[in-house]
Amino acid sequence: MRLIAENLSGERGGEPVFSGINFSLSNSEALVVTGPNGSGKSTLLRIVAGLLPASGGKARLEGGGEAFVSIASACHYLGHQNAMKPTLSVTENLAFWRDFCGATELGIDDALDAVGLAGIGHLPFGFLSTGQRRRAAIARLLVSHRPLWLLDEPTAGLDKASEKRLSALMTAHCRNGGIIIAATHLPLGINAQELAMGDAAPSWGE
Amino acid sequence: MLLHRGASKVLALYLRDLKLSVRAGGGALTGVIFFLAVIVTIPFGVGPDLNLLARIGPAILWTGALLASLLGLDRLFQAEREDGSLDLLVLAGDRHMLALTVLVKCLAHWTASVLPLVIAAPLLGLFMNMDPLGIGATTLTLLVGTPAIAFIGAVGAAVAVALPRGGMLISVLILPLTIPVLIFGVSASYGAVADPDPFLPPFLILAALTLFFAVIGPLAAALALRGGAD
Repeated sequence: MRLIAENLSGERGGEPVFSGINFSLSNSEALVVTGPNGSGKSTLLRIVAGLLPASGGKARLEGGGEAFVSIASACHYLGHQNAMKPTLSVTENLAFWRDFCGATELGIDDALDAVGLAGIGHLPFGFLSTGQRRRAAIARLLVSHRPLWLLDEPTAGLDKASEKRLSALMTAHCRNGGIIIAATHLPLGINAQELAMGDAAPSWGE
Repeated sequence: MLLHRGASKVLALYLRDLKLSVRAGGGALTGVIFFLAVIVTIPFGVGPDLNLLARIGPAILWTGALLASLLGLDRLFQAEREDGSLDLLVLAGDRHMLALTVLVKCLAHWTASVLPLVIAAPLLGLFMNMDPLGIGATTLTLLVGTPAIAFIGAVGAAVAVALPRGGMLISVLILPLTIPVLIFGVSASYGAVADPDPFLPPFLILAALTLFFAVIGPLAAALALRGGAD
């Protein structure tokens, strides 16, 4: 499987944010996208996922076979928000995403254990702290299998121990043939290529 | 096998939406209470003319149910967008059609917020001094016709998904489209009680409207959701 971006450019609200981004990732490779605020890291991830149209160039997936025909069908997207319902329990949230996404991988208890949230699955998601919410959202990546992880600031709100755990999870995902693209401004502690986005922030409007 | 897998996925979504609507803050009962308020105040406004109440009963029930079923439509996709779930639903559209996801969300919304209106309609019909046949006919037309309102409403909800106070806009956008549903629903209800008027033709057109919008509504809403991603 190969994820290829060719001459990708993106815009926000009509303003070009970046252009001419090229990369190519095969199995077990990771890409860390770094850069200051406003340099277009999140925009790049959303364009790669297909949530935003690219203003130029193309991102595509090759060799995904019948199960993974496109990037959207092959990826887990972890955005700024955690995509969990505050009134449902953590277990109910995860069970929903597992059933909805299909391709069951880890059990819910095992996934919660892997992110250090064992024993709190029965709590409503809304009761959790910021860091715990982020960890529950990371557990969502583990309950159903997707070869490609698109992570937008995955460490936001995490403490040191949880960051380490996340690095281990990402390393394990790559070792099993997965591909990761992570946007971050902090070192993630994984073996990865680095893509530095524009040095100067193009707009202060955000 | 593929169909079976797809079915279990959308069933998960249906059950989750039902669960959410009965949990705290879900607002499943808002519609019923609004419906009750409308119907109960009408006799006070119109006066104690029992014949008049019986005559306008089906129209009042239908209008009340139509307006009550518009409540809560604005949260259909907005709640998903606010917590980031919408992105994942749109991405999953590459595996099973986004329109199918929208259809299931409409059905869950209908079951949780509109079906209670249909169930409450016979009781409220008594307040309007309607006879049993009229009550039965109105309830049946509501059962068949209100899904169309949910499907049309999904389009408005998808178009206004990014607007923080989109509720009013949605109502204004979709109300003209729901008028045919109202007209045929009321005329079928009258057809059952007023002798020369037919029941079956308007009732079948009502059923056709629901089936028509069950296809068009989710497709249009899916298109709007894809186009509106930011």
